[in-house]
Amino acid sequence: MIFVTVGAQMPFDRMVRAVDEWAAARGRTDVFAQINETDYVPKHIEWTRFIEPEQFRSRVESARVLVAHAGMGSILTALEAGKPILVMPRRGDLRETRNDHQVATAKRFLELGKVGVAFDESELPAKLDELDSLSAAGRISPWASDRLIGALRAFIGEDRA
Amino acid sequence: MTKEPSIRGHESSPRRILAIASGGGHWVQLLRLRPAFEGHRVAYVTVRESYRADIGDERFYVINDATRWDKVGLVRMALKLLWIMLRERPRVIVSTGAAPGYFAIRFGKLLGARTVWIDSIANVEEISMTGSIVGKHADLWLTQWAHLARPEGPRHEGAVL
Repeated sequence: MIFVTVGAQMPFDRMVRAVDEWAAARGRTDVFAQINETDYVPKHIEWTRFIEPEQFRSRVESARVLVAHAGMGSILTALEAGKPILVMPRRGDLRETRNDHQVATAKRFLELGKVGVAFDESELPAKLDELDSLSAAGRISPWASDRLIGALRAFIGEDRA
Repeated sequence: MTKEPSIRGHESSPRRILAIASGGGHWVQLLRLRPAFEGHRVAYVTVRESYRADIGDERFYVINDATRWDKVGLVRMALKLLWIMLRERPRVIVSTGAAPGYFAIRFGKLLGARTVWIDSIANVEEISMTGSIVGKHADLWLTQWAHLARPEGPRHEGAVL
């Protein structure tokens, strides 16, 4: 199953429409999308608007691959589950989010080898065609780095000077 | 945690911690910090009731979500949070963003708490707008990207990955 998610907030019409049209063109029946307040109503794939966190996680666990906006919630959840993830960044100028931080996130996580990226809807079909060869970056620990945990523990344990 | 008696006994004394984040990636990142809170009494504050399932039977509060364009929503958020903080009396505030963390850090200073702002890992190219406003008010101001650290803050002490 390909699990498509636009994240917890805001619609993402460009991505949902492109995935739906790709599924129609390729005759794919193994796509499920969580689309939130997206205006575009998919015609060729299964979809729902909202998913509770627990259900979300079980969707991720049972999916073979994720297609998502470039939000950290989606990326971290995929990495924690050891699933490959293809992201498409939201854009600030299209009011899909506040600014272009998702474009920067996508670039950086692509460089780190953690995600696949389609930078816009025109790139998405070709990237979706290659999904079967997108491999996972490897399951990450559910916790922050030892360094960050250690710095926080030390700060919490300090007495006020 | 070490079982050996601590030389500096106060290091292991339980602290009241308020761990606060808005939804999506902010919340997922906050959850990844949980080992840092072990042995302390944590109250979690976020914006979705459904996130309660993520933290088991620990203390949990929900406030409304709001962006900086929603003044009425921000006031409601601030008042509810202030009520929670007066009730919980946290010694330490930890936030991964966004608007709820801003208010928690400002109120935390007034109430004598020590505060930590961890800028989201999504902010790859520049510190978040909220972070750049509230960071200097935090006792510990962290970025998750080494290249964004500055002598005057934020510091870099690892990441949630």
